[in-house]
Amino acid sequence: MYQFSKNLKIVSLSLMVVGALALGIGFLSAPNTVEEAKAMVADAHGHGGHDTHDSHADDHADEHKAETHHAEDHKDHADDHYDTHDNDYGNDESHDAHDAHGGGHGDSHDKHLLHQLQNRPWAATYVAALFFMMIALGALAFYAIQRAAQAGWSILLFRVMEGITAYLLPGSIIVFVLLVLSGLHLNHLFVWMDAEVVAHDEIIRNKESYLNVPFFLARALFYIVGWNLYRFYSRKFSLAQDNGSGVGYHKKNFRLAAGFLVFYIVTESMMAWDWIMSVDPHWFSTLFGWYVFASMIVTAVTIIAMVTIYLKSKGLLEDVNDSHIHDLGKFMFGFSVFWTYLWFSQFMLIWYSNIPEEVTYFITRIEDYNLLFFGMVAMNFVLPLLILMNSDYKRNNWFIMIAGIIIIIGHYLDFYNMIMPATVGDQWSFGLSELGSVSLFAGLFIYVVFSALAKAPLKPKGDPLVKESEHFVY
Amino acid sequence: MSNKVIHAIYDDDDVLLHAVKDVKAANHHIEEVFTPFPVHGLDKAMGLAPTRIAIASFMFGCLGLSVAIWLTNYIMIEDWPQNIGGKPSFSYLENVPAFVPVLFEMTIFFAAHLMVITFYLRSRLWPFKKAENPMPTTTDDKFLMEVAVGDNEKKLVTLLKKTGAIEVIVQDKKGES
Repeated sequence: MYQFSKNLKIVSLSLMVVGALALGIGFLSAPNTVEEAKAMVADAHGHGGHDTHDSHADDHADEHKAETHHAEDHKDHADDHYDTHDNDYGNDESHDAHDAHGGGHGDSHDKHLLHQLQNRPWAATYVAALFFMMIALGALAFYAIQRAAQAGWSILLFRVMEGITAYLLPGSIIVFVLLVLSGLHLNHLFVWMDAEVVAHDEIIRNKESYLNVPFFLARALFYIVGWNLYRFYSRKFSLAQDNGSGVGYHKKNFRLAAGFLVFYIVTESMMAWDWIMSVDPHWFSTLFGWYVFASMIVTAVTIIAMVTIYLKSKGLLEDVNDSHIHDLGKFMFGFSVFWTYLWFSQFMLIWYSNIPEEVTYFITRIEDYNLLFFGMVAMNFVLPLLILMNSDYKRNNWFIMIAGIIIIIGHYLDFYNMIMPATVGDQWSFGLSELGSVSLFAGLFIYVVFSALAKAPLKPKGDPLVKESEHFVY
Repeated sequence: MSNKVIHAIYDDDDVLLHAVKDVKAANHHIEEVFTPFPVHGLDKAMGLAPTRIAIASFMFGCLGLSVAIWLTNYIMIEDWPQNIGGKPSFSYLENVPAFVPVLFEMTIFFAAHLMVITFYLRSRLWPFKKAENPMPTTTDDKFLMEVAVGDNEKKLVTLLKKTGAIEVIVQDKKGES
């Protein structure tokens, strides 16, 4: 039986307090007026704090930069400025894309800048909330796969996975609250929620029957309730099996998991469209659901491996041997490659066809997020590939931990790269809001996960396959 | 050491695996085990040195990747620049996404084929080679363990019988032909 150690409790609580404070400062320091926003940007440039700007700024006036350099760089397909431009006017309330090029765009652009800066703490919170919720959701999917496949090797890790999925309830409620706040127009994360934008935008107007606030929130509620119901019942049956004999609960869990996986793969895909892809309402990618799935499952397997190694270092989970770690390492390796495959499939097709309304997504990222965008690919592909390729390294806790830290940071940056370009544009950085929100949710995650781990014995001794897992040797 | 070997025949892979462990524990030298399919964990139980084919495979993959980079660069950039899909064709780096599928396939092609060839060379296998298999049924449903006979033949036979061998045959070792 694991006991939530005092030290870890202090660590998680202080992470939460520090994170909440930093995030609070981030919210308070967001500008309230256009003048403040302009002063902030001018100030940042005065100190040379933002090198991505400098490389583009050259001969453009600072405050016009976002628009003008897009116009410049898109001269390859210049005949369609309207479409290539949707990331810029995407967040712009007055939504005057043609004017923006015409020159009379001072006001609308300044307002745009204000919204980007006001969005920053919200977007940072949203990225971190989504990221940690998806770790729990990915772990739940991995758990359901083990249940549905009636896998023998992973039984000893079930309680670890159940501990991680405990974060799903608080995590998904937080995400839902953030979505409701967006729906109440407290922030500008989802540009299609803005009636004025929609009125001037035919593309969004055509999507209105799907992208409208009540239906959006109803769908979100539907996904969240479905996932949490599975989590609740599978955990309940899993605990009941410890005391009962026979295979009744095992069978129940098997059926439940199979059903859940069908529900999950549909809702996960729709969730990815709703919560992530819709921040760029003009852009779409048909494999986006899979792409998000790959990202969440590789992070989830990494967290499972790290929590397992942590518990083993405390002398618990004594039956878990290095073959179990080896298998988790294989999944980390395999899903990292899978993620890269999907990342590249999405990137290459859009890059090759070069259709303005599609390619704008990557142009924004390559121009304004260059290092982050490609650095993330290196972190999520090249490093795990090289570190985890050797079979012996996958049995070594240190290598798993190092690869795991790289994967987790890399996939946080992946989600950052999905949300930020559409919500804050080129006004991104890693300041108090970003670090604070990560710290806040990391603290909460640790607190919830380890309290849940302390609630039940770590060995599911009633499982009919537990013997197979104990003797698991590769 | 006498030049006799014992062939112990089994009909179950689990029994065989335990037998290998028992024979090893009794300090006998297992020359070879013939099985109809790969038995999980057998190499570890026999104490075989870990295979180095993975390292060879990695190097073949790197070779394939390098050849593919050279090939795509030579064909598409240097020798006859081609304008496909309006992509600028004079810079390798700007075109590299289009070449990634080629790089990927060539890496795998080299790694896979050279790995198989390496394996054949290392195992001294070639077409029309006469099988070294002492008993054809080991390609069907029987498992055969070949053990070198030490000083005490009788003791070894009893040990092998005890491990669940369905048949134990003592025979002269064939010369390495």
